[in-house]
Amino acid sequence: MATSASASLSKAVKQQYMALPQGDKVQAMYIWIDGTGEGLRCKTRTLDFEPKCIEDLPEWNFDGSSTYQSEGSNSDMYLIPAAMFRDPFRKDPNKLVLCEVLKYNRKPAETNLRITCKKVMEMVEDQHPWFGMEQEYTILGTDGHPFGWPSNGFPGPQGPYYCGVGADKAYGRDIVEAHYRACLYAGVQICGTNAEVMPAQWEFQVGPCEGINMGDHLWVARFILHRVCEDFGVVASFDPKPIPGNWNGAGCHTNFSTKEMREDGGLKAIEDSIEKLGKRHRYHIRAYDPKGGLDNARRLTGHHETSNIDEFSAGVANRGASIRIPRSVGQEKRGYFEDRRPSANCDPYGVTEALIRTCLLNEEGDEPADY
Amino acid sequence: MATSASSKLNKAVKQQYMALPQGDMVQAMYIWIDGSGEGLRCKTRTLDSEPKTIEDLPEWNFDGSSTYQSEGSNSDMFLIPSAMFRDPFRKDPNKLVLCEVLKYNRKPAETNLRHSCKQIMSMVENNHPWFGMEQEYTLLGTDGHPFGWPSNGFPGPQGPYYCGVGADKAYGRDIVEAHYRACLYAGVKICGTNAEVMPAQWEFQVGPCEGINMGDHLWIARFILHRVCEDFGVVASFDPKPISGNWNGAGCHTNFSTKEMRDDGGLKVIEEAIERLSKRHRYHIRTYDPRGGLDNARRLTGHHETSNIDEFSAGVANRGASIRIPRSVGQDKKGYFEDRRPSANCDPYIVTEALVRTCLLKEEGEEPTDYSK
Repeated sequence: MATSASASLSKAVKQQYMALPQGDKVQAMYIWIDGTGEGLRCKTRTLDFEPKCIEDLPEWNFDGSSTYQSEGSNSDMYLIPAAMFRDPFRKDPNKLVLCEVLKYNRKPAETNLRITCKKVMEMVEDQHPWFGMEQEYTILGTDGHPFGWPSNGFPGPQGPYYCGVGADKAYGRDIVEAHYRACLYAGVQICGTNAEVMPAQWEFQVGPCEGINMGDHLWVARFILHRVCEDFGVVASFDPKPIPGNWNGAGCHTNFSTKEMREDGGLKAIEDSIEKLGKRHRYHIRAYDPKGGLDNARRLTGHHETSNIDEFSAGVANRGASIRIPRSVGQEKRGYFEDRRPSANCDPYGVTEALIRTCLLNEEGDEPADY
Repeated sequence: MATSASSKLNKAVKQQYMALPQGDMVQAMYIWIDGSGEGLRCKTRTLDSEPKTIEDLPEWNFDGSSTYQSEGSNSDMFLIPSAMFRDPFRKDPNKLVLCEVLKYNRKPAETNLRHSCKQIMSMVENNHPWFGMEQEYTLLGTDGHPFGWPSNGFPGPQGPYYCGVGADKAYGRDIVEAHYRACLYAGVKICGTNAEVMPAQWEFQVGPCEGINMGDHLWIARFILHRVCEDFGVVASFDPKPISGNWNGAGCHTNFSTKEMRDDGGLKVIEEAIERLSKRHRYHIRTYDPRGGLDNARRLTGHHETSNIDEFSAGVANRGASIRIPRSVGQDKKGYFEDRRPSANCDPYIVTEALVRTCLLKEEGEEPTDYSK
């Protein structure tokens, strides 16, 4: 069986312990992004009180040489609490605390993309930029093979699985259901789920979130997904092309709008933005996966409802384009647009920042401006 | 083992998560019929308050190129909420929302047969047409073989299984029991169940439903069945002849009456309706499965309690006829009749529409009348 040994431990025994009262003590699980820019790490501390806001949470530190983030001889790195959520695993009053990472000299760690994202978002606060991100992922067994697939082969071809129902169509719905509820409890702005085109592939959507919240909510939603899968004994993969060949990849389509775009006649602002994006394709591709475009190169082929990585395109209701304008937006002449290029393993801080820089701060060229 | 990997995931773990409070947030699962006319699809959205009526639910859209419904270059299709039910999987306050599908130009999608059915039903409201549909289905393992059958063979011949009890007679009763309760919770008008003649084959009945409700309730009952089977790790098939040879097929016998038929002396009206049906056999056969009769051709052989697909027949208490008048109706001289021709994978919207067109709107000939002119 492709589920983990941990998943076979007695959950009734565990429940006995989790039901023990904890008095005034509160467990705060600090979460951060490691040196890969994709991996999440976590550790917990006890507090004597329930934190009511992020300012109540103290700074902490960790050993960066064990997370691909520093040398052993000078390995302390700082954890700066950035966003707090209810803990759906340990439940109230315990918390999940998303943190920024600083190096020993208190400069941002290489994979701390939140810090510049926050600055850029503050520059455009009065435009009220909203985001919605569609996070696709694949469930794998501990053997690395997609969950529910025959161990030595493949399921029938794609076609019946998208939004499907039935044991021969939907593989692993329990994970999706558990994740949805956990996110709602935690306060993550999860707005929907659906089964995806490849069997064992799923999607959830987070948003609409304004500014820095998009990155915060998506990272915590990802953490919750990993933790839920761990409980079930399977693995969530954000690899953009887990199975080569005639099988869909996994993206993180990013929907974006400003107050201007959402108001009457906003379609013009949308078209202006797309015009600017059309001139800066390479910069965005670099920002849209953790390997400067190498990961997305396996996914953005022009097939399987993707655009080709070397070409920029846009169109109404066109799922083969880089940018898609939803049909309803084309009709109402206002709303939002969808950038279909980001990879499933993108950093949402980097993605949302890039959209602001190009569309609202009118940047051009291959490099981001230094403000 | 012929059950899915998903069904072996730890349900106690899942239950922990499903018990988490959700505040004011509500999950609405939108359900629609895909391009095959048989398959169901679903996706969920969060609402920030509980919808009380169907009007509270917003329109939505989806990618029709992934459901055999449109091209990738112009793939957006609209979901229009049509009927709302309680969600027996996520429970209150969450909802199941059956939707109609519109194309990008807001015309009904090819397999959106509800649109026209609703129009027809609204033309005959005063007749109060009631329907009851008897949905047969077969349980299969994930290997595609009927559930509980020996993996490389067959059970003993039909005879002991119909309404049977015992591990050697009834295969998969858990699914039936779970489905029944889920439908009752959801508000689906399920009125009964029984084990069928072929082992691993079952039947549930939905009704009496008036007008458009028949199609709505039956489609949701089917969705709930697929979802229950998914949880158990088996598959529900509505194929009309899953195993060829001396094994029963699966139908969706449709019981029909109007207020006039249910009133004293209604038998005369029933006989008139059957007379009209007898003159329009080919039109009805075309509407009684999603392939214009090709699916039913494998089932309606004249054997195994079916009529022959090429001949129309009717009779009191006759299960080999196209139309059966129940004996009690023959005696009371009022009631309803049973059309035994629809296939298990029929679309109930067009089945009920066809009955109304022929029997109440008195249409004739091979084509349905276009009332928009």
